[in-house]
Amino acid sequence: MAMCGIIGVMDRKRRTMDGSGIRQALSMMNERGSGEGAGYVAYGVYPDYRDCYALHVFFDNIRENKIIVDAALEQWGTIEHDEAIPTYDQPNLRSVHTPWRYFFKPDPSLAPASTSPEDDIVSALVMRINTARRGALIFSSGKNVGVFKAGGWPEDVADFYRIEDYEGYTWLAHNRYPTNTPGWWGGAHPFNLLGWSVVHNGEITSYGTNRRYIESLGYICTMYTDTEVVAYLIDLLVRRHDLDLDLAVRALAPPFWEEIDRMPEAKQEWNRALRLTYAPAMMNGPFAIVAADADTMVGFTDRSKLRPMVVGECADRLYISSEEAAIRAMEPKVESITMPAAGEPVIGRVAP
Amino acid sequence: MAKQVAIDGNGVHYTPLNQQIRKAVADGADEIVISNVLGQRFIGDGLRGNITIHIHGVPGGDLAIFMSGPTIIVHGNAEHAPGNTMDAGKVVIHGNAGDAVAHSMRGGKVFVRGDIGYRGGIHMKQYEDRCPILVIGGTAQAYLGEYMAGGLLLVLGLHGPIKTREIGSGIHGGEIIIRGDVDDACLATGATKVPLTDEDRARIAPVIREFAGDFGLDPEPLINVEYTRIIPASARPFVGKYTWE
Repeated sequence: MAMCGIIGVMDRKRRTMDGSGIRQALSMMNERGSGEGAGYVAYGVYPDYRDCYALHVFFDNIRENKIIVDAALEQWGTIEHDEAIPTYDQPNLRSVHTPWRYFFKPDPSLAPASTSPEDDIVSALVMRINTARRGALIFSSGKNVGVFKAGGWPEDVADFYRIEDYEGYTWLAHNRYPTNTPGWWGGAHPFNLLGWSVVHNGEITSYGTNRRYIESLGYICTMYTDTEVVAYLIDLLVRRHDLDLDLAVRALAPPFWEEIDRMPEAKQEWNRALRLTYAPAMMNGPFAIVAADADTMVGFTDRSKLRPMVVGECADRLYISSEEAAIRAMEPKVESITMPAAGEPVIGRVAP
Repeated sequence: MAKQVAIDGNGVHYTPLNQQIRKAVADGADEIVISNVLGQRFIGDGLRGNITIHIHGVPGGDLAIFMSGPTIIVHGNAEHAPGNTMDAGKVVIHGNAGDAVAHSMRGGKVFVRGDIGYRGGIHMKQYEDRCPILVIGGTAQAYLGEYMAGGLLLVLGLHGPIKTREIGSGIHGGEIIIRGDVDDACLATGATKVPLTDEDRARIAPVIREFAGDFGLDPEPLINVEYTRIIPASARPFVGKYTWE
């Protein structure tokens, strides 16, 4: 039952972990996957380029496709450095894309009307390059963060990137069991846009409504799977609309109307307002989601709790996963294990 | 003399682990102690026989699935759906358990000392003398007894009263008995509260005593106290819900 395996870990003091622990934790949940997609995201992996947007790109063909991305980036800013993401052939992983990374500084003077010109330039470039479908897909675009994903089992994907060579203070990981669309590299989780990354177990049955809403606001879905829309919804609500994270989660997974009816009047009022304002952002269907940015990690499930979620704590570390065993694989001495209530966000923040 | 077999579960996949368990049963073991269990699913899958299995660690989902006869004692938490479609025997969990505990259980007993997640007892069923029993020491989350078709689901609320929604959502058989009063707002459509009769109390008393015995608790304060019995509102509570007759 309840396929796809997810796990997230955050160190509130920003002490880094290499990727070997989360690799092992994710492989504990191989029963939840089907070998068609796995991935990892780590925050804090590019300290030498912390001021640059780290763009991870899948190229179909370096010679033909890279020139297009180079030209687009140079038009909007400066490429401080770019290189192939080091990879190591895995016998069970069909290598169909070449992962590349750019460290990019957008030129804010080119978007004078924007209050966040750099983010807006990068987000527009991601949308433009991905929709052009010219053999280049930007799947990771934040500062000091990197997504490492591919089509395959968690261990093979981890070894393809030698995930243990990366050090991050927050990690998310996902073991995929695609059900509604074929597995492919771009459809593996995590999904990322700028600072936020998302892993998800379940299916967003409101995808059509959510997608129409988000596409009317300038996002374009290109990955053939529902979770992409969650990454864009979080970017819209948290970055662009500046909602508090717990309010954003409440907009995505609001209480049932009958629960709202039983609330005290003042609480009723804002819950109604939020639910009505963000009706097309509300997500239906079974889901357990863990999302993170540079300072935060949040986990939440659908309001009927149709997918599992377990939370572990150990000193400065917060864990959120589909299974307790995965947490214990990473942290045998875990101090507390709890199950959050349906629809209630579990939020961890790094110390300022 | 009882024959005991020890198995180290460290890093062993569930298939060879279950093979080792079956071999021990075939070799006439009376007791198996499995150490270092972490996340292995389906432990005791379809297992038969008169044997007790101690599990140290956290077994994975669907513990004791289709099991018919043995006793499994978990010294830790369990994940989703322990007792899934279990036929006979007993599962005793000293910690908490995940969602869908006793999923489709059709006989035997599942005792959980702590709390359980959502949809406990989903689709439990009974037939003639087969009547599954699920007892929760702590509390349970929403959709308790969802689509329940038979059996007994007992919540003792040892750490406080149950506060959740949609109890008995889709219930059309069996009974949910919860210590203390249960607010009407916690009940799902099609579920109704009825008083606990002396007969009912006499029926659950031995179950409470057995549960208390397994966990070293004093049963007496749990016997003659208030319980709420929740059953289907009628023989066919959902007639007309999806079709017109």
